Order: sequence, then structure tokens, then C-alpha cells
Amino acid sequence: MVEIWRGLTKAVELIISFEPEVMGIAGRSLIIALTSTLLASLFCIPLGGLIHFRRFPGKRLVISLIQTFFSIPTVAIGLFVFVLFSQAGPLGGLNLLFTPTTMVVGQMILITPILLGLTISAVSGVDKAILDTARSLGASGFQTAIVVLREARFAVVAAVGMGFGRAISEVGIAIMVGMNIRGFTRVLTTAISLETSKGNLELSIALGIILIFIALIINILLNRLQQR
Amino acid sequence: MATTTSLYDTGLWDYLEPMFEEEYNINLNIMYAGTGRALEYGKRGDVDIIIVHSQAYEEQFVAEGYGVQRVPFAYNYFLIVGPAADPAGIKGISPKEAFKKLIENGSGSFVSRGDDSGTHAKEKTIWKGAGYDYEVVRNAGAWYVEAGTGMGPILMMASEKQAYTLTDIGTYLAYKDKLELMPVVDKGDILLNVYSAIAVNPEKIPTTKIDMANNLINFLVSPEIQELISNYGVKQYGVSLFTPCAGIELPP
Repeated sequence: MVEIWRGLTKAVELIISFEPEVMGIAGRSLIIALTSTLLASLFCIPLGGLIHFRRFPGKRLVISLIQTFFSIPTVAIGLFVFVLFSQAGPLGGLNLLFTPTTMVVGQMILITPILLGLTISAVSGVDKAILDTARSLGASGFQTAIVVLREARFAVVAAVGMGFGRAISEVGIAIMVGMNIRGFTRVLTTAISLETSKGNLELSIALGIILIFIALIINILLNRLQQR
Repeated sequence: MATTTSLYDTGLWDYLEPMFEEEYNINLNIMYAGTGRALEYGKRGDVDIIIVHSQAYEEQFVAEGYGVQRVPFAYNYFLIVGPAADPAGIKGISPKEAFKKLIENGSGSFVSRGDDSGTHAKEKTIWKGAGYDYEVVRNAGAWYVEAGTGMGPILMMASEKQAYTLTDIGTYLAYKDKLELMPVVDKGDILLNVYSAIAVNPEKIPTTKIDMANNLINFLVSPEIQELISNYGVKQYGVSLFTPCAGIELPP
């Protein structure tokens, strides 16, 4: 247990001293997770709204499927992206395997169901009366969607926060398609797993605390967005 | 490049990588994977060169046309490590006899890599030499644990469980301070551990950056780097971790 306390002091030390290698790893984690969350949000939020507002056959099934994919194991996605981007795979020619780009692709696949599913439940919580009012005031479909999204922003932003949390904390995809290359694809989670395997428990715990710290900052920012 | 985990755990690549990058003005990306996985990356064309330690797998890789040529550049020895109390009573006997005692007496457990790495291949070779079918060994009981991870974590696990395991000497020395394990069997030709570099064959995998792969091989077998390899670890562990062997004929 003493390791946890030492890990905590080490984390503070690393943050204060701005240790370049650790900061590089933390920055990479943040950038990759932010990129995948933003890109996925860009299409998931409108698509989630669309699924909710449109009537189409098999809608319940689609929603059930989306919710089922909340549980998809990260290593399964990692394997899928690996096979896709490997030289022997269909996208091998792009030479993107073992790069941060493929990690972003994997994380986007991971959080798409979460963002879609939670956006659908966010907009379904909006009072029908608001919808009717907007329509009766002559709002177009697009304008109505904006109004609804604004009403549902608290839950939608929470969905984005959830997606980000899942992206930055996953390790299966990062290790399988990034391969933990130092200075290139090494992120906090893969570094933790590596340092633990090397027996450097304090450093691992410190890296874990830094990850939580990043999550805290992002959540404070998201919270501001919710309150606006 | 994909390389075996034992070369990572000893820190050798952390030491050599900047020299190579500076000399050839290139960014070398190193992936650490067991021999089996490294070879698989080579076959898929996802790396340009592999550095591994399992002669049989390597020869097959070259014979199938995936590798240009097997270039041994350094060796050391495997050893069997275990608890100081030596419950199986195998200290100082031959590796094959030691394995025989482990399976027959059932006193003392064994942690296996179980991951088709070079170390795992060596372990299978010893079982075979001792006269056991590996499938029988795998199912011989709870004393035999297949952990499926890198050498370092296996050593940590063996230490926690006070079990025996087969390890390369480099990783053992690098982890020694964190372990409560002693070398118990360290003599026998069967324990020889040769590291080789193999460039991925551009005739089979056209995307291979063969020039740079060859540069890396030439770098490894150059007299200056061979000299550095022979001295690697002396400062930290008191003994050198590798014996360079570029161009030397080794016993099979």
C-alpha cells in the first residue's frame, strides 16, 4: 500500500518538474483521445438526433444494437483495426498501422455507440412541448434540431464526457494498433501497463494519477459548457 | 522493427537506438513483441526487420521466403531460476533432468511464457529433449502455469508464486533486484540463446524498406557496435549480458 502514497508524491513531482518524457506521453494521450472524441461527436450527435426524430422500420432494433455495442471489448476493436490497416489488409497501402492515426480510428469506433446511444437518450428526454412550440413558430427541421440539442445539452455534453473518458482510459486498442512505440504511440495507459510489467509500480501509479488529473481538467471544462 | 521482449527488458535497444538513428539520420520505430508475434508482423509486411531468438522459427521464416537471411549477432544463455529453497531439488543438475524432476515429483511449480516466444520455443525444446510431449506437459497439472506475457512480468510472477521459470540471463539480471529467485540450472549446451536479425524479403513483401533494414544489420555486425554489445551491462550488472558473434559459426 505504501506504493500508492509514493506514487502520489511521484505524480506531483513529475507534474511540477514537467518531466519531458512523461509530459510527452500525457500530451499524446490527451491529443489522441480529444481528436477521436471530437471527430466522433461531430457525426454522432447529429446522427443520434436523426435516429431519435425519424421514424423508420427497425428503429428499436438499431437502438438495441447501439446499446449492445457499449460492451464491445477494446481488444476486439484493436484486432479489427489491426487487420484493416496491416500491410496484408485492405487499408495496408496507407501505411498507417502503428501510428496515432490508427489509434484515433480505433477509439472512434469504440466511442461511437456510446455517443450515439447517449445522444438518443439525451434528446428523448426533451419535453415534447418544446418541440411542438418550435414547430408551431415555423422552425425548420434543422432549427428544431438545434433547439432540441440546446435543451438537451446537459446530457449531450455528459455523453461527450463519457466518450472522452472511455477513449483516454482504454488500453486494448492502443496496445494492439499503436504497439507502445516510445515517443510516437506510447500513451498513459500503455505506459502504465509497460511500467507495471517492469515492476516500476510507483511510476505506474503516478502515471495513473496524471491520467485522472487530465480527466478532471477536461470534466471541469465540460461542466462549464453544460452550465452556459 | 519488431524485436523480442528480452532485448527490451535488458535496455539494449534504448542504448543502441539513438546511435543508429544518428548515424543514418532516420527515426527507428521499435515494437516489442515475443518472437512469434514479431515473425507474424514480418509476414504481414508491417515491419521491415525482425530481431528474435528462435533458430527453428527463424529458419522456417526464411525458408518460406519471408526473410532474406538469418544474421546472428549476439548470444547468451538461458537459465532456470527458482526459489532459494529449491523445493524440487533441481539445483545444479542438467536442464533436461531438471524438467524431468519437475514433472515427475510434482514438488514446485513452473511458470511458462506460453506465448510462442523464443524463450517458450526453447522451453519446448528442453521438454522434448527430456522425452515429453509438450501437450502432455501443458495438461500435467496445476503446477504448470502458462502466463502468456513478456519475460519481465513472468519473472515477477514466478517470484510472487515462488515458482521456477526459464529465462534469458539478460532479463534475469536486469530484474534481479526485484526478484526473490535464484539461478538453479545454468549449465548445458541446450541453454544457448542466439539473437538474430532478419530483413523482411522485398521479393515477397514489396513495401519493405530493404536498404534501411540492411543498414540496421550492417550496424549490428559492425566491429564498433559488436564491441559495445560485448561490454553492455558490465557497468550496471558487473557482467556483460551478451557475447557478440557476428560472422562466427555457432553450434546448432
